[in-house]
Amino acid sequence: MDALDLARWQFGVITVYHFLFVPITIGMSVLVAGLQTAWVRTGKEQYLRATKFWGKLFLINFAIGVVTGIVQEFQFGMNWSDYSRFVGDIFGAPLAIEGLLAFFLESTFLGLWIFGWDKLPKKIHLATIWLAALGTWLSAYFILAANSWMQHPVGYEFNEARGRAELKSIGAVLTNSTTLVTFPHTITACLLTGGAVLVAVSAWHLKRRNQEDVFRPSLKLGAWVVLIAGVGVLITGDLQARIMTEQQPMKMAAAEALYNTDKPASFSIFTIGSLNGDEEVASVRIPSLLSFMATGSPNGEVEGINNLQQEYEQKYGAGDYKPYVPVTYWSFRLMIGFGGLAMLVALAALWFTRGGRTTTNRWLWLAGIFAIGAPLAANSFGWIFTEMGRQPWSVFGVLKTADGVSPSVGAGTVATSFIGLTLLYGVLAVIEVGLFVKYAKAGAPEIPPESEAEPEDRPLTFAY
Amino acid sequence: MELTTVWFALIAILWAGYFLLDGFDFGVGILLPILGRDDRERRLLINTIGPVWDGNEVWLLVAGGATFAAFPEWYATLFSGFYLPLLLILVALIIRGVAFEYRGKRTGEQWKQRWDWSIFVGSLLPALLWGVAFGNIVRGVRLDEHHEYVGTFFNLLNPYSLLGGLTTLTLFTLHGAVFLALKTDGDMRQRANALAAKIGIPAVVIAAAFLLWTAIAHFDGVGVVLFALAAVALIAALVANRLGREGWAFIATGITLVLAVFGLFVTLFPNVMPSSIADANSLNVDNASSTPYTLKVMTWVAVFFTPIVLLYQGWTYWVFRKRLTVEKIPV
Ligand code: HDD
Ligand code: HEM
Ligand code: HEM
Repeated sequence: MDALDLARWQFGVITVYHFLFVPITIGMSVLVAGLQTAWVRTGKEQYLRATKFWGKLFLINFAIGVVTGIVQEFQFGMNWSDYSRFVGDIFGAPLAIEGLLAFFLESTFLGLWIFGWDKLPKKIHLATIWLAALGTWLSAYFILAANSWMQHPVGYEFNEARGRAELKSIGAVLTNSTTLVTFPHTITACLLTGGAVLVAVSAWHLKRRNQEDVFRPSLKLGAWVVLIAGVGVLITGDLQARIMTEQQPMKMAAAEALYNTDKPASFSIFTIGSLNGDEEVASVRIPSLLSFMATGSPNGEVEGINNLQQEYEQKYGAGDYKPYVPVTYWSFRLMIGFGGLAMLVALAALWFTRGGRTTTNRWLWLAGIFAIGAPLAANSFGWIFTEMGRQPWSVFGVLKTADGVSPSVGAGTVATSFIGLTLLYGVLAVIEVGLFVKYAKAGAPEIPPESEAEPEDRPLTFAY
Repeated sequence: MELTTVWFALIAILWAGYFLLDGFDFGVGILLPILGRDDRERRLLINTIGPVWDGNEVWLLVAGGATFAAFPEWYATLFSGFYLPLLLILVALIIRGVAFEYRGKRTGEQWKQRWDWSIFVGSLLPALLWGVAFGNIVRGVRLDEHHEYVGTFFNLLNPYSLLGGLTTLTLFTLHGAVFLALKTDGDMRQRANALAAKIGIPAVVIAAAFLLWTAIAHFDGVGVVLFALAAVALIAALVANRLGREGWAFIATGITLVLAVFGLFVTLFPNVMPSSIADANSLNVDNASSTPYTLKVMTWVAVFFTPIVLLYQGWTYWVFRKRLTVEKIPV
């Protein structure tokens, strides 16, 4: 493998890993803040116990989200220096704004939240977790604006003399139509993920009839969040598909392995046989659905890969403009499929626990516990689809991935960092999952009675 | 003033802020095995920085992001050129960050020992390597006409830059010891104070040698004045420490770090990364910068939001202003 391949693999592995933790952080921060609000408003101890319990799991996850983010910030310079030179004038701005607006907010207020339980008045302490949650949303917005600019470059001009893209309108970049649909799609997907964590861990305890006063409401909260966020994901996903067809028709064609322009176009749920445009062995199809997804009309025309390839050759010169079709085809389906699976489990959870009922069917509970994997997979496949479907472009229509790699960094160097970071991340994953399971199983803590001692003499309520 | 100069100054301020803040928590990490004789003492040390270390680290992320936005060529050359040292720093910051959060999450000697070791190494490496990196930036590295780094990893390990590394290492350790004397009480306060006095001597000698070498090899009038003031502040810090005035000592080590960073940046200006091959290959504030429009946008963002960040970060330090003692650490 040469430095380019290695750098691409490294980016993919490192970023997908980061995005396993990100959705849990974004989703759970809001849920923990909601539970704490319920406690502050009602004074019921079960909400305080739930806040502390879910808060601890949230923090175990957050730690890895933060440290893997540090690599993200610098890897553009390390492996993609020509990319950085080319886009820095535009792309750097949202990244810097993200740091200044979001990361400071997140880290500072989370520090206050963790250590501030007995130092801050109740309501101010509650405000700190909401501000940290706000930080995660801001962070998502600005980084997605940066990414959307790569999908659909706007508000810029190409400067021939300097050989780079230059910013003409920051407003256009921050209100890119792509950002406006990607942000709600990603945020709802994150909320769905956070809800699924609640469902899974609560199911584990309810299967054993542990602490039902804490975990029954948690299960319901989680399941409702999965369902409502899930509907949001579907609606925004549909909008995104339409915008994507307009802006990157090749990605839509590749998502469907549609080689020749079709009208109306059907959607295949799965296909057996090769995806290279030859006759397929078998497939299950829904007539007109692809036309509807891509254009909003059941009769709309959807362009095929071969037609687009010809079009692009005329526009951009000779070359291969097709992404790797099997990956786009399957990742698109797996994104939708795994998300749907999580929603089904949430629906079942609500049904079987309705009106104070419970079930002794262990398969149902097991399905609830393993539901946590589904949204994580859906998120990863969503990103893999978005990013691989854009290939060979790094910035669509403007800069090819191959032209962005660092010219002075050799394959050996990239391999060193790729292997080193992958091993380190592997070890961290084992440790993280171990701790997460340990604290999930431990259940919600009992709240100790108020200490008699003077506040000055009491030990800290929280210390590392 | 030109916007490129403003942004050069802002990036200097971000690095100074990073050294000032993460500097002391690197110091605390380095002193963990030295001052923390048992588990409870080590937890005391970690808890002095517990609520703030993450916010301190964001100064680095914003310095990186601001460099990307304002001087993309600098960002691209610096981080692809200093690839392996940067990778080491990233690995160090990863294991250190995880260690703080996970250390207390299980009982068991071995578990804790491993994380203590991670905190120590994860603090020591960046404390050393940031100095090496800055030494190389000021000294100049092998940049070709495309501003690409064409030297090797070993070119970065030259005596001047290594001395720079020792300078940050000893200054951060001193800064951390002074911080601990300020933030703890009882026995730990006394031991931190005594240790600061001991570290002070080598810190003065090494820092003076490095700054003198810089002043001679890369003479710049204003830079020399800043270095001299930094040296005065360092000595004042040791005097204050001797007198048991911990607050003043901490302010003085902080001023030392800030002035030293400013001195290095002033010495560098208008270059951001001089080339040791040919002057024409050097990156400077003009050929590395973004367009005036981008700089203007970013200036507005900075002017508007930096004061807010400073306010709430300052407030955090106020909330956690109390000294900690071993007795306050729950068993
Ligand atoms: C949709 C959301 C999203 C996406 C696509 C990304 N991140 Fe992220 N990132 C977050 C959402 C987030 C977050 C929710 O804000 C995190 C996760 C856990 C955390 O601590 O904050 C975070 C942490 C985090 C941190 C550490 C912040 C700290 O110390 O507090 C950095 C430096 C980055 N990220 C940088 C990046 C870069 C450069 C990305 C692109 C390649 C990226 N992230 C993708
Ligand atoms: C929002 C910020 C993001 C930015 C700016 C970004 C940018 C990039 C860049 C520069 C590449 C370079 C390599 C290439 O084009 O092949 C890339 C590839 C890739 N990215 Fe992203 N990305 C972002 C988010 C994500 C996220 C969150 C994920 C997944 C969790 C992701 C998954 C991938 C994958 C899988 C590749 C590899 C594609 C390939 O090898 O062909 N990206 N992205
Ligand atoms: C009917 C259901 C869905 C549709 C039609 C849909 C549609 C899309 C489309 C078209 C994209 C690519 C956008 C682009 O490249 O421009 C995308 C990306 C993505 N999807 Fe979905 N999606 C659906 C369900 C889900 C579910 C259930 C999840 C996760 C729980 C999910 C998570 C993501 C993520 C994380 C991305 C990458 C970020 C982004 O580009 O927004 N999607 N989705």
